Amino acid sequence: MIDIIGKKWWFLIFSAVIIIPGLISLILWGIRPAIDFTGGTLLEFQFLNKETKIENSDLRRELEKEELEIGSIQQSGENTFLVRLKSLEKDKSLKLFSGFSATYGEIKQIRSETVGPLIGQETAQNSLKAIVVASIAIIIYVALAFRHIPKPYSSWRFGICAVFALIHDILVVVGIFSILGHFYKVEIDSLFITALLTVMGFSVHDSIVVFDRIRENLIHLTGKEFSQIVNESIVQTLARSLSTSMTVILTLVALLLFGGESTRWFIAALLIGIISGTYSSIFNAAPLLVIWEERSRKKRKL
Amino acid sequence: MVAIVDLPKDYPLKFRLGQINFDRTISSPKININIGNFAVNKDIDVQFGLDLAGGTHLVLEADMSKVEKADRVKAYDSAKNIVERRINLYGLSEPVIQQSKVGDSYRILVEIPGVSNIDQAIELIGKTAQLSFFEEATKSANEATPSSLAEIWPILTSLTGKNLKKAEVTFEPNTGEPQVSLEFDSDGAKMFEDITTRNVGKTVAIFLDNQLLSAPKVNESITGGKASITGKFSLDEAKRLAISLNAGALPVPLKVIEQRNVGATLGQQSIERSVLAGMVGFLIIAVFMIVNYGLLGVIADTALIIYALIVFAIFKLVPVTLTLAGIAGFILSIGMAVDANILIFERMKEEIRWGKDYLVALKLGFDRAFPSIRDSNISSLITCGILYWFGTGIVRGFALTLAIGIVVSLFSAITITRNLLNLIYKE
Repeated sequence: MIDIIGKKWWFLIFSAVIIIPGLISLILWGIRPAIDFTGGTLLEFQFLNKETKIENSDLRRELEKEELEIGSIQQSGENTFLVRLKSLEKDKSLKLFSGFSATYGEIKQIRSETVGPLIGQETAQNSLKAIVVASIAIIIYVALAFRHIPKPYSSWRFGICAVFALIHDILVVVGIFSILGHFYKVEIDSLFITALLTVMGFSVHDSIVVFDRIRENLIHLTGKEFSQIVNESIVQTLARSLSTSMTVILTLVALLLFGGESTRWFIAALLIGIISGTYSSIFNAAPLLVIWEERSRKKRKL
Repeated sequence: MVAIVDLPKDYPLKFRLGQINFDRTISSPKININIGNFAVNKDIDVQFGLDLAGGTHLVLEADMSKVEKADRVKAYDSAKNIVERRINLYGLSEPVIQQSKVGDSYRILVEIPGVSNIDQAIELIGKTAQLSFFEEATKSANEATPSSLAEIWPILTSLTGKNLKKAEVTFEPNTGEPQVSLEFDSDGAKMFEDITTRNVGKTVAIFLDNQLLSAPKVNESITGGKASITGKFSLDEAKRLAISLNAGALPVPLKVIEQRNVGATLGQQSIERSVLAGMVGFLIIAVFMIVNYGLLGVIADTALIIYALIVFAIFKLVPVTLTLAGIAGFILSIGMAVDANILIFERMKEEIRWGKDYLVALKLGFDRAFPSIRDSNISSLITCGILYWFGTGIVRGFALTLAIGIVVSLFSAITITRNLLNLIYKE
């Protein structure tokens, strides 16, 4: 049988290797919040006259002429631009577009979004609340679902370890997006929060499947060491964990390749999170149970 | 063994009924469906969110700083009414207008599908409502058929919404019929007295934003600044009139605090891409399951197709407004639906490895995999619930589709798969 618990420290170190660069990036550069959280304006438009070549710098000049505070200018397609502004009043936007079309010919507005700073703050607070409340709810639910576990094992530990794996996955995703934000200007919007919460759901879903097998084996295999039981449970559920993750990952890859531009980073966040979630439920959540159990046994002996 | 065979066989049958419903919904968008006691009678069509259909999403905030606390609810209703009125003025299609009070912030949400450029309408929404009172033409209007409202009531009085303190629905003490009571301030009371004295036996027209609200007949000169409009009002009509009058009496400035416009072409592209991605994802899963589990995989795939049909039918029936995030939630729930089957099949494989007979393993697979399927899916449902609770807009749509997907997947992956297997292994 594969010995996973024996190498538990290596798996935890591997997690640390993935998480630490993201944490450093978070401390140094933070994340790039989208206008969903900060408030501001996003405009996407296309110049219909194909002959004119327009550069980012041309747009920047036009925008600065109107004394607008520019967040970023990105080219999102052929003669199509995505402009983020700190704020934009209605009349200025009309003036801006008439100015553009006077210089560069007809333009088509693809989308525009304006979010007031107050709404942004609320969205950020609500997202944070959702994550915290979901974590607490999961600890309580897992503790309840596993309450029939034989003594001296505590069902609360299962809940807390599941949440630990969940925090691991959040850190992986947020960390990687902090790095992506710094180098590729990837922004965190409310879709990203949705992805994060889904990852949390999946992560716990995976941990519970492993824990469930541990619970079953604790009842049937009474003679064995706790670490042995956990190891067997992990190996027994390995095929399922990998199969399920493969189906989800394949679906996500399909969404990533064929889905639209607007959900690209949302899917990427899900993909990273679900890979991390599968890893953490096998190599973090269950080994942590063992480490915790061994610690408390030492204490009991002392 | 008997227990398996005897399992309710009406499930597949029931579903076949569901499928007929589903087919019929495609051919005729307006039908009545009766599922048990639950009757549905409405347009059955997929509702797309603004990010897919294209359109405008607006959040307006009503500035209540100048309105007394006691009157705020009234003013809020009136502000919503004003927004409705002005959007309808532009003939914009099927706007959804909702109130949403967050803390001390009185908000009005507006969604207008299919229209992405409503700058003019927004400008209009931002304006303060104007309530004005007009007197009838001095010469009898009966002589010639008047061609416009302005000809019937050509005289603008100096009385405006500013002079109206509030309007509310009351009941006539004798008849008990609903009526609308008006209360003017001291200047207004004086002006109203003059107007009513001049117009006994004639009508006085009340206009909101140049639209006629009501033209009550003056029975007598009214002093003291309190009047009531009686008529054969239903309670609803009286309420509506009071709300409209209050829009003039308690005007609240409206400010746009969030606005999102999505062009229709972008939405169309998103739909096409999501459908393609969904199909490719579905195919990949189907192939993966057959490669991994053979005949069991085929059965799981069949259950999966049924699952997708049920979920889609629910989306249409509820109806769930589909957004990009919602579609992603749906596609993800396919992954979760498959997970239940994978858990069962892997368990069966294990039981067979431990020397169990194939049919025994089949039963044990279902029984023993069930606790993990239940626990893991409940925890996902908890997350969905919390997302729905705290989330707004897209986050809610995602949570809802994912939750529907999870619940249906529990049914399809367990009941449908089991029944299909029973059909095959009965002999």
